[in-house]
Amino acid sequence: MNPQKDSYNLIITGVGGQGNVLSSQLIGQAFVHKGYFTTIGETYGASQRGGSVMSHIRISLKKQLSPLIPRGKADVIAALEPVEALRVLTHYGNPETVAIVNTRPIYPVDVIAGNEEYPELAEIKKSLETLSRKVYYVPATDRAMEMGSAILGNMIMIGALLELKLLPLRIEEFRHTLSKNFNDKRLETNLKALEEGSKIIQA
Amino acid sequence: MSTIDLNAPGKELLLMGNEAIARGALEAGVKVCTAYPGTPSTDIIENLASVAKSMGLYVEWSTNEKVALEVASAASFSGLRSICAMKQNGLNVASDYLLSLNLIGIEAGLLLVTCDDPSAHSSSNEQDSRPFAKLADLPLLEPSTFQEAKEMTKWAFALSEEMGIVCLMRGVTRTSHARGNVTLGPLPPSDGRKAWFDKSRQRNTNPIFQKHDQLHRNLIRLEEIFAASPFNQYIGPERPDVLIITCGSGWLYSQEALELLGLEDAVGIFKIGTTWPLPTKIIIEKLAKTEKVLFIEEVDSFLEGNVKELAADFSGQIGPKTFFGKRSQHIPFFGEMNADRVIDALRKIFNMRYQARSPEYEAQAAEVAAKMLPSRALGFCPGCSHRASYWSIKNALQLDNRQGFATYDIGCYALGRGPAGYYLLKTGGAMGTGTGLASGFGKLADFGFAQPVVAMCGDSTFFHAAMPALVNACYNKSSIVMVILDNSATAMTGFQPHPGVGRNAMGEEVAPVEIEAVCRSFGAKVLVTDPFDLDGTKQKMLQALEDPVGAKVVIMRRKCQMLKGKEEKPPYKVRVNPEICIGDDCGCDRLCTRVFKCPGLMWDKKSAKARIDEVICVGCGVCVEICPEKAIIKEEM
Repeated sequence: MNPQKDSYNLIITGVGGQGNVLSSQLIGQAFVHKGYFTTIGETYGASQRGGSVMSHIRISLKKQLSPLIPRGKADVIAALEPVEALRVLTHYGNPETVAIVNTRPIYPVDVIAGNEEYPELAEIKKSLETLSRKVYYVPATDRAMEMGSAILGNMIMIGALLELKLLPLRIEEFRHTLSKNFNDKRLETNLKALEEGSKIIQA
Repeated sequence: MSTIDLNAPGKELLLMGNEAIARGALEAGVKVCTAYPGTPSTDIIENLASVAKSMGLYVEWSTNEKVALEVASAASFSGLRSICAMKQNGLNVASDYLLSLNLIGIEAGLLLVTCDDPSAHSSSNEQDSRPFAKLADLPLLEPSTFQEAKEMTKWAFALSEEMGIVCLMRGVTRTSHARGNVTLGPLPPSDGRKAWFDKSRQRNTNPIFQKHDQLHRNLIRLEEIFAASPFNQYIGPERPDVLIITCGSGWLYSQEALELLGLEDAVGIFKIGTTWPLPTKIIIEKLAKTEKVLFIEEVDSFLEGNVKELAADFSGQIGPKTFFGKRSQHIPFFGEMNADRVIDALRKIFNMRYQARSPEYEAQAAEVAAKMLPSRALGFCPGCSHRASYWSIKNALQLDNRQGFATYDIGCYALGRGPAGYYLLKTGGAMGTGTGLASGFGKLADFGFAQPVVAMCGDSTFFHAAMPALVNACYNKSSIVMVILDNSATAMTGFQPHPGVGRNAMGEEVAPVEIEAVCRSFGAKVLVTDPFDLDGTKQKMLQALEDPVGAKVVIMRRKCQMLKGKEEKPPYKVRVNPEICIGDDCGCDRLCTRVFKCPGLMWDKKSAKARIDEVICVGCGVCVEICPEKAIIKEEM
């Protein structure tokens, strides 16, 4: 994290149903609570229907930024799905972009049907690394399934993302936001997933 | 999780633009809120519905946008402030009454919000709704930021009341459906106002000429008010080389473009929040101080055309200008705005270079984009009943073997125009269009037309606009098959209830309107089926297709899986038995994955056999019936 830097551009990407929109909303809330101008541009008209979903989260202490990140200006990309990380990098990435990527693919319908190829994970990793400064891989869905539900993958990814300290938001601050949004059982499960994500990075 | 009724003036929240509009309405003391759901506008009324009880509001999901505007008008006539929201296509529906209501006038403030969808993220078109303001001679506001969305909403009620006419406000996807900082204002104490209609006065369009004349006089007064409005704002040098005139989302994009190009000292940005009527005086002042003007707006050239008209009127005073925008093709004619589009236009005007990334990086990115990114075609959700419905309809039409096809309207099921519905849907358009078209096709037999036509319709769409089309078919003795996919919700926009559900926006239980009873009363023959019963559904479809007389309605009824999944555990654990699956050797051409295409199934390349993706599968068990080898097995949970 560069102490001189005022604005940050984060993209959370994935496929409909992975909890992308809720994740970006919670992160955004945490930044507003910290006094940042925060703008989120979401594309989720087709979020439940197999399409790519992307949230642009933009923060600045000086001004309200526009809801769409300009070409090549993403600082951090958190991807809930590997090919979606690559898709976003091709448009918004630059040589300094850092990506954090859930390694579990979700196959598009045309791949399932045999009309298109889903690249091998090794090839995806190679391209991700070509188009970024650093890539962190997180087996978020696999861990989430072990914890009882694939949907927790989003919270594991946020835990990992915050543990990397690429953004001016501490994991304790995010815990506070979670506690204001969730009750009892749901809060406990999500806090555990958050913790799990941060442990994956520490390990 | 709505926080829009927080009584905490000064508190700063992250709000969606639509939530900011809802909050602004509350701060203005709104009492009646109406809409038919439509992305990207739905959240306005949805949020107001969630606080209806605590804030003492009446909120409703109306059956369509015209009814919504009429319900809101009744409140206004009776002295209560009201808000009515819709998406761009909805305004087409409401416009029939709007084009009378402009003349009729209103009593208490009435705000009509339209949210447009540039790039058609969740729409069948990317219509610009602003020309309706010009058409109806009504004031139009366009917020640029989240805070402004709230402030403008609040002000719009006062403006509407002062002028005695409806005020229009236009959001776009990136202002309404984006989120940003909003500082709350105070909520007014309840004034306990009693609703009352003054029957000493008739509210109609007469006398038409005088009222039309008055609308135009209003525009002159509105221009004066707008000239002093803080929603019109300029930043930049006193005499800019280029003046950007913008509104809505263009305000933030333009600022960012200037920063990235380092053009802040050369280019000024004039942001107009009051876009109809245009505040002539201040626009002319700005035009006088520059030679070149660039228009940044979504989606059509509304500002561009109207400002040019003013420039022509005042050409003697301000001199000749060079205009850049859509007409000059510095800005594409279609699609949503972003900072890159502004950069591109300015780069051409200033003949300067701008590279977001090095050519090497661009080349690598382009190669990856070309070779490694499988597309994500939209399909039905795992467990969606529409997939099963389309499967049976496809099979029935194949067996029928008369080149049958389907027509459609708006909703999740419109995805059936692509692979998700086996390309069965051949033509459609607006709400209810499928049935209207089928009614027409059904009357062409005398001209040799012999193809069966199936009109696909949703349950909410049925109440919105398909009922008159079905009446038309019955009355005119058209032979049609109408399929109503009843999934007990307005699913596409987030599962809002409708008259068939038994619950309304206020959360009250109401007697559900029975779709089959309605259809029967029109004279249609009605069959009801569970789409998960694949064979039974196919047989009912065949029965309807084979009946040559009159309107046949097949209701395929099963609750939306997105709702069901929240309420119930998955019924089955589904797996593929690899011993039985014969993979590529299967004579079925991979019905499960290549044809049925539920995302819960996948093809394991190594073993060349089907598999269940346990992350995606919701255990509906329909695929078990699809497999000719019986290799897919369901076990009760």
